[in-house]
Amino acid sequence: MVKTLLKELKEYKLVSVLTPLCMFLEVAAEMIIPKLMGKIVDNGIYGENMAYIFRVGLMMLVIALFGLGAGLGGAYYGSKASTGFAKNLRKAMFDNIQTFSFSNIDKFSTSGLVTRLTTDVTNIQNAYMMLLRMAMRAPATVIAAMIMSFIISPKLASIYLIAVIILGIIMVLVMRKATVYFREVFEKYDELNESVQENVSAIRVVKAYVREEHENNKFRKAVGNIYNMFVRAEMNVIKMPPSLTATVYICILAISWFGAHMIVGGELSTGDLMGLLTYCMSILMSMMMLAMIFVMLTMASASGKRIAEVIEEKSDITSKEGAIKEVPNGDIVFENVSFAYSKDSEEPVLKNIDFEIHSGETIGIIGGTGSAKSSLVNLISRLYDVNTGKVKVGGIDVREYDLEALRDQVSVVLQKNVLFSGTILENLRWGDKNATEEECIRACKMACADEFIEKMPDGYSTMIEQGGANVSGGQRQRLCIARALLKKPKVLILDDSTSAVDTATDAKIRHAFATEIPGTTKLIIAQRIASVQDCDRIIVMDDGQIKGFGTHKELLESNDIYREVYESQTGASADADFDKPM
Amino acid sequence: MAEVKEIKGGPGNRRGIPAPKIENPGELFWRLMRYVFTYYPYHIIIVIVCILVTAYAGIQGTFFTKSLIDSYIQPMLDTGSKDFGPLLVAISRVAGFYLLGVIAAYVQARLMVYVNQGTLMRLREEVFTHMESLPIKYFDTHAHGDIMSVYTNDIDTLRQMISQSLPQLFSSFVSIATILVSMAILSWQLTIVTLLMVVVMLFCSGMATKASGKNFVEQQRNLGALNGYIEEMMTGQKVVKVFNHETETIERFDELNEALCNSAFKANAFSGSLGPINAQLGNTSYVICAMIGGAIALSDSVAVGFTVGALASFLAFNKNFSMPINQVSMQFNSIIMALAGADRIFKLLDEEPETDDGYVLLVDAQEQNGEIVEADHHTGHWAWKHYHKATDTTTYQPMEGDVTFNGVDFGYRDDKMVLHDIVLHATPGQKIAFVGSTGAGKTTITNLINRFYDIQDGKIRYDNININKIRKSDLRRSLGIVLQDTHLFTGTVADNIRYGKLDATDDEVVAAAKLANAHSFIKRLPEGYNTMLTGDGANLSQGQRQLLAIARAAIADPPVLILDEATSSIDTRTEKIVQDGMDRLMKGRTTFVIAHRLSTVRNSDCIIVLEQGRIVEQGTHEELLAKKQRYYQLYTGMKPETA
Repeated sequence: MVKTLLKELKEYKLVSVLTPLCMFLEVAAEMIIPKLMGKIVDNGIYGENMAYIFRVGLMMLVIALFGLGAGLGGAYYGSKASTGFAKNLRKAMFDNIQTFSFSNIDKFSTSGLVTRLTTDVTNIQNAYMMLLRMAMRAPATVIAAMIMSFIISPKLASIYLIAVIILGIIMVLVMRKATVYFREVFEKYDELNESVQENVSAIRVVKAYVREEHENNKFRKAVGNIYNMFVRAEMNVIKMPPSLTATVYICILAISWFGAHMIVGGELSTGDLMGLLTYCMSILMSMMMLAMIFVMLTMASASGKRIAEVIEEKSDITSKEGAIKEVPNGDIVFENVSFAYSKDSEEPVLKNIDFEIHSGETIGIIGGTGSAKSSLVNLISRLYDVNTGKVKVGGIDVREYDLEALRDQVSVVLQKNVLFSGTILENLRWGDKNATEEECIRACKMACADEFIEKMPDGYSTMIEQGGANVSGGQRQRLCIARALLKKPKVLILDDSTSAVDTATDAKIRHAFATEIPGTTKLIIAQRIASVQDCDRIIVMDDGQIKGFGTHKELLESNDIYREVYESQTGASADADFDKPM
Repeated sequence: MAEVKEIKGGPGNRRGIPAPKIENPGELFWRLMRYVFTYYPYHIIIVIVCILVTAYAGIQGTFFTKSLIDSYIQPMLDTGSKDFGPLLVAISRVAGFYLLGVIAAYVQARLMVYVNQGTLMRLREEVFTHMESLPIKYFDTHAHGDIMSVYTNDIDTLRQMISQSLPQLFSSFVSIATILVSMAILSWQLTIVTLLMVVVMLFCSGMATKASGKNFVEQQRNLGALNGYIEEMMTGQKVVKVFNHETETIERFDELNEALCNSAFKANAFSGSLGPINAQLGNTSYVICAMIGGAIALSDSVAVGFTVGALASFLAFNKNFSMPINQVSMQFNSIIMALAGADRIFKLLDEEPETDDGYVLLVDAQEQNGEIVEADHHTGHWAWKHYHKATDTTTYQPMEGDVTFNGVDFGYRDDKMVLHDIVLHATPGQKIAFVGSTGAGKTTITNLINRFYDIQDGKIRYDNININKIRKSDLRRSLGIVLQDTHLFTGTVADNIRYGKLDATDDEVVAAAKLANAHSFIKRLPEGYNTMLTGDGANLSQGQRQLLAIARAAIADPPVLILDEATSSIDTRTEKIVQDGMDRLMKGRTTFVIAHRLSTVRNSDCIIVLEQGRIVEQGTHEELLAKKQRYYQLYTGMKPETA
């Protein structure tokens, strides 16, 4: 994990090294200064030597200036390194996500990916800055102060040594326990936020069922739980500062007592004693700092792990070397295809699928919920790879194609479709970024989208809000179809893409397809028989298998499932009008 | 249609709009303080005492260092005595203070955990409870991500502020005050010098804080923009793939990422420079005091009474003085950030909750001697309990499910009506179907019946009672709704069905599931009714989720049903069976159905054809077909015979 993350340092390696270097210099300055302070008191003040005070004072100022430079350098480089590192991490993740196949995307939830790209990276950024600026500083301070103390008086300095060791043990014990508790509580905390999220998006359900109180109680319980866990975790951590203070105090007292003896015995000067007391503070403060870094790192390590997961994830669908760039035509062939979303699931979603579709045909696909209609069409543009068998487009196995070329020429309107914030034109140009406005309008006419776009205040320049929130479901679907049409694909797949469009418009769209893009192979998944009955042929899916393949008439005669669906939608006493809706 | 809201990436919507400035930080601060104080007055008082004790113990320690040399060591050196007795006494005395200080610090820390976590708990609770009480309009007009960020970001920043910044700020002030006094006692001249240096320090840190503050705001804005973009792209990741749009997506990402990195760098660099600047200024102050103090102490004027020992301890104070000042300036930034969060929290808390002036209640009813009276148990019958203030009497009226719209106008915004002059009458047990193209206002009408929105003009009556007079919770309880977008909650399948009736038995849950035809798929789930659903039922198909939503409505057993395209994503085979169950459910209940599939509404008692917010046709299937107008066109896909 650490290796994966550090690889992303890239151009920020140098500043990453410079930061601790600066911090080290700052520490050095900080260490010399108390020594000089002691000298001023000792030789200058008690020695009543004004010139000495000035000389050493000036020296101190010079060193302070030096320390300032080093400190500012540390702040500058540290900030540069950590924010740059965060930037690279985000980029590495985002770039890699763009290479993800559908099954990779399925593996991570959307909100999971968002958290990794945002909160987790921020955690790492903070931890890294802390690490660069403090992690070097704290041990350096401890060691430097230790050395200085030992120079002054090995005997007294050994008091620190004992204190540091004892404190270290206490800290490790406390922190080990606390990190476990904190990890638990943060997990629960995430869950809490998820439930809030759920409430916000399902507020209509909550209100419709008058469940506000119920939700409040649920939340109250969860919050109370979090409270208890937080208290338990923090009760551990708060033992630290008092034990630190106590140690400092004991050290001060011990040094004062033994120091006094030594001064009287002539082994130590009063200035040295003052210096020792100062070092005592810096040593123990730095110990505290180390403890904090320790906590931060353990917390950040969870984030780091999650980031590394995304960076290390390998797309399981890639174009092969020398892949074919051109789909010759819209023929589609499935040869004994079986498919499962997860390699280890026993029951495949699709079983022994075999069929052949010719270029330019319009094929309807109908079947119950979970009958794997979407899974079937997703294999055509290689959104997923088959487990066994072959899917061929234009007579060539889809795995032989360059992914981009294949997907450009096999255009899919997904069931869960999304528009992006931007104007309608910008959204349409996802299909073809060089499309002229006329081309866009033409596509919209085919998709029956122009009628409502024209009515919008800004027409084709109307801003679409994030997720397409300001257009209705049916409008969204029609825009998505238009967007897919702009690719001028050889194969067009509509995965239940007109479910929110009324029957009349639906029929109009299909009519436009038949007249405007006759050469394109069209696959239409639908719930309504009316949407598919005029197709050249219709596939009837059930439980991952093809249970019928033929024209509307043939299927009505020979296929029980189809007939049942048909009758359920039209009723036994179907109106004469309904039988010929065009 | 404004009512169809997706989960939106919040901060992204703020794109381009400058981050709001806190208008009144002082007021905000005190409001927050009042908050903390009302919940934990005694804790806070004890904490303050503890801080004072700790500070006092610290001062005693510093004084001890002074006297250590002056009063104990120096005299011994001067007299050559080896009597450590007095020193032992002094050390024991200081040790006592130290002990007190440590205990006080520990007590303070313990109490602060309760104060901090308790305040946050109550704040979370209050924010959530208040949020639940807000009208639907609030959720329409506020990006969900923004609402979420109150919980995830703002309350979190408060945690840091309450637990760290505030106590530190207070103890820093105490330290500053006590050290200042101690210094002044030792030498007022040097105190002035020290204070002058403090002014310089404050000036410098003010500059750095300002520079970093500006960049922090910038950073938050860039972060918001980036987060919004990431959220949008992650949601649409599959579409990005299908359209080979990866490169373009990355390009825009790089821009936003770069901008964030830039402002974050500046913000952190400036705030990071605060520490070194102050530390070195502190050292400078020390040197200057040593020089001036040395000059005074070494001058022969005994009248000043400034001994070398006093100078030594003054310098010790001086050194300790810069630390709390440094801390104050460091905490300042985090407090400003926390206040910005508090601002958003209070804004949410200040939102007007959904008003409810309704006084007509829905009660269980039974007949006694030909009269309707209130029952204390579930009877399967309901009555409206109507209290008349004028006569101080209570009347009961059976709940039947008669709904009338009378000249109803409605708009999500006052200046833009989406429904015009809606007139309709549904008698008890009738099935009313709304048809019309998308955006015609079908969903909107149903949202008015349960008062998700209030109408601008006209009247809606329910059993001849103006719905504004019915208590909202009772009104909604009497209406079963299956919404266009299915939302499920984290919990088991059974929990989700039980949402419609919290005290439903297992048998009732199964019965409802069977009615909705959900039973067969639930049985096949790994753990049946105990299968955990997470992430809005992400592990179920769209159709299965809807079946659960129907079962949820079924178990509530409401007198009036609103079905909003409930069956549009269920395959037709399943739908036929669902429809059977629905028919059973609808029997005897007034039902409003919105569906695109006209076959499902054909059996309705009354079909209402909507177009651009107006009712254009109304009647039975046969009547409307015979008219050969709009319904005929919708139904058959043919042009109407006459325009």
